[in-house]
Amino acid sequence: MRKFWTLLIREVRGYFHSPIAYVVLVFFLLVSGVDFYFQVSFMNQRPASYTVQEAFFNSVFFWFAFVLIFPLITMRLFAEEFKLGTIEPLMTAPVRDLQVVLSKFFGALVFYIVLWIPTLLYFAIFQKITHEPAANSAGAYWGSYLMLLLLGMFYLSVGCFASVVTKNQIVAAVISFCAITLLFFMGLIQFILLDVSSGARDALGYFSAIEHMGTFSRGIIDTRPMVFYLSMTAFVLTLTYQAFQSRKWRL
Amino acid sequence: MIKVENLTKRYAGQTAIRDLSFEVGQGEIMGFLGPNGAGKTTTMRILAGFMPATSGRASIAGFDVFEQSLQARSRLGYMPENVPLYNDMRVTEYLDYRAALKGVPHRRVAERVGDVKELCGLHEVERKLIGNLSKGYRQRVGLADALVSEPDLLILDEPTIGLDPNQIRQVRELIKNLGKQHTILLSTHILPEVEMTCSRVIIIHKGRIQACDTPENLLGQIRQAGRVVVEAKTGKDDGVEELKKISGVREVTTKPEGDWETFSMRVESGLDVREEIFKLAAARKWTLRELSQQRATLEDVFVEITHSDHPEISI
Repeated sequence: MRKFWTLLIREVRGYFHSPIAYVVLVFFLLVSGVDFYFQVSFMNQRPASYTVQEAFFNSVFFWFAFVLIFPLITMRLFAEEFKLGTIEPLMTAPVRDLQVVLSKFFGALVFYIVLWIPTLLYFAIFQKITHEPAANSAGAYWGSYLMLLLLGMFYLSVGCFASVVTKNQIVAAVISFCAITLLFFMGLIQFILLDVSSGARDALGYFSAIEHMGTFSRGIIDTRPMVFYLSMTAFVLTLTYQAFQSRKWRL
Repeated sequence: MIKVENLTKRYAGQTAIRDLSFEVGQGEIMGFLGPNGAGKTTTMRILAGFMPATSGRASIAGFDVFEQSLQARSRLGYMPENVPLYNDMRVTEYLDYRAALKGVPHRRVAERVGDVKELCGLHEVERKLIGNLSKGYRQRVGLADALVSEPDLLILDEPTIGLDPNQIRQVRELIKNLGKQHTILLSTHILPEVEMTCSRVIIIHKGRIQACDTPENLLGQIRQAGRVVVEAKTGKDDGVEELKKISGVREVTTKPEGDWETFSMRVESGLDVREEIFKLAAARKWTLRELSQQRATLEDVFVEITHSDHPEISI
């Protein structure tokens, strides 16, 4: 367990040692800040049937920033170690492959969570200034941030996998960007192709991040997407673990 | 400490090492010698648990490097070739991290890291970013990393490559001192280094062991063991003919330089003909300016072993 913590702390520190972390942070705060501002000013112009919090988590801006950050967060994880050769001292130390894979995943997750913390301020500031609640209930906050966490875990695991199969960070970023975009749009197919069978529609519905976020941001905690995202994360991490182990045979 | 049996490693389409077998005993400093691409790094990587062999077995302190990889790895300190390091960490921070990773107990980390910084002369750069260090300091950080967990066995892949002569001397001294407590396997192609530090040498060529012995025995084996150089003014005498009469002298070559002539001769191994030459010179009234016996170096051994079927090899 101590080795896992040691690795995890290095991973998290590694983010804040690299300029890319700050670029991502600034980019993300900018886009989400603009998103929040637009939603509020938009709702000022006409009456809306939804809350600021719902609008914030379901806007185009939000999704645009959302799918972009994962490749940036995960591209360096393994690819950089392969490229620099630091994988050699790392894997000749007495650590297990699984510890390394999990520490990289959770390191990325910690950074992802840090990325979202400032957005809590938006709602606090909104309430402070307007003396109006930003959401209908506390459950709406819980729901939307829980969905963020679940989606984040899944997409981060996809990013981990992309990074483990190449030693070129750019290639890793492109792979994860394509994969995440595909996964994201898979959930949209049901809105575009209206004549698909209801079975296919249900299956595609499981990938629909937009729909899930819609539900969760209203404070409705559905266990089906929870189970789906958690098991998909576990599945992709297992693939990552296998791919990581296979490096020994590819050398 | 290390036991290697019939180790073979094939990469796609080529065999890096074939059928290696050797043992390294406790407290030995084993030199691993060979031209580029001979399979040194491959062997060391297998021993360090970084990649598996295609066939054969290797064990460290009785633990199989593949089956019981964790136990084997926790007993060794490995310094890879070119020393890959995290450039965004500071020296102390990196060593603390490596110590924790290698299972040095929490309360001993500071002490151990302090010790290896002292040993490797890293105190003046301890706050620096590794990315800003010179090649020599990076090398020392790699060595400090290998030492931090007080491993029984050190595997050092070209520890002195890229260092200046002073640094090479320092590292060599360090390795010699370390050899008192650790077993060391080091690879290099700097031959005097092996002669000065190692208790035994393995010469590997094209993935096979060509020789495995102490440096002294290897030197003894080589044919051109003795070469004597004489620089003399021989006047009217034919120096070559006269020198050839001395028993044990094989082959004499000469190079005139004004009045002086330099004779270089091969002598049967184990013989010292210098006294005879001196007597000859005295009897003939030659003026001697130089009379020396050149010892065969490991370089000669190395060239002889690896040269035969590979003429373009450089060392």
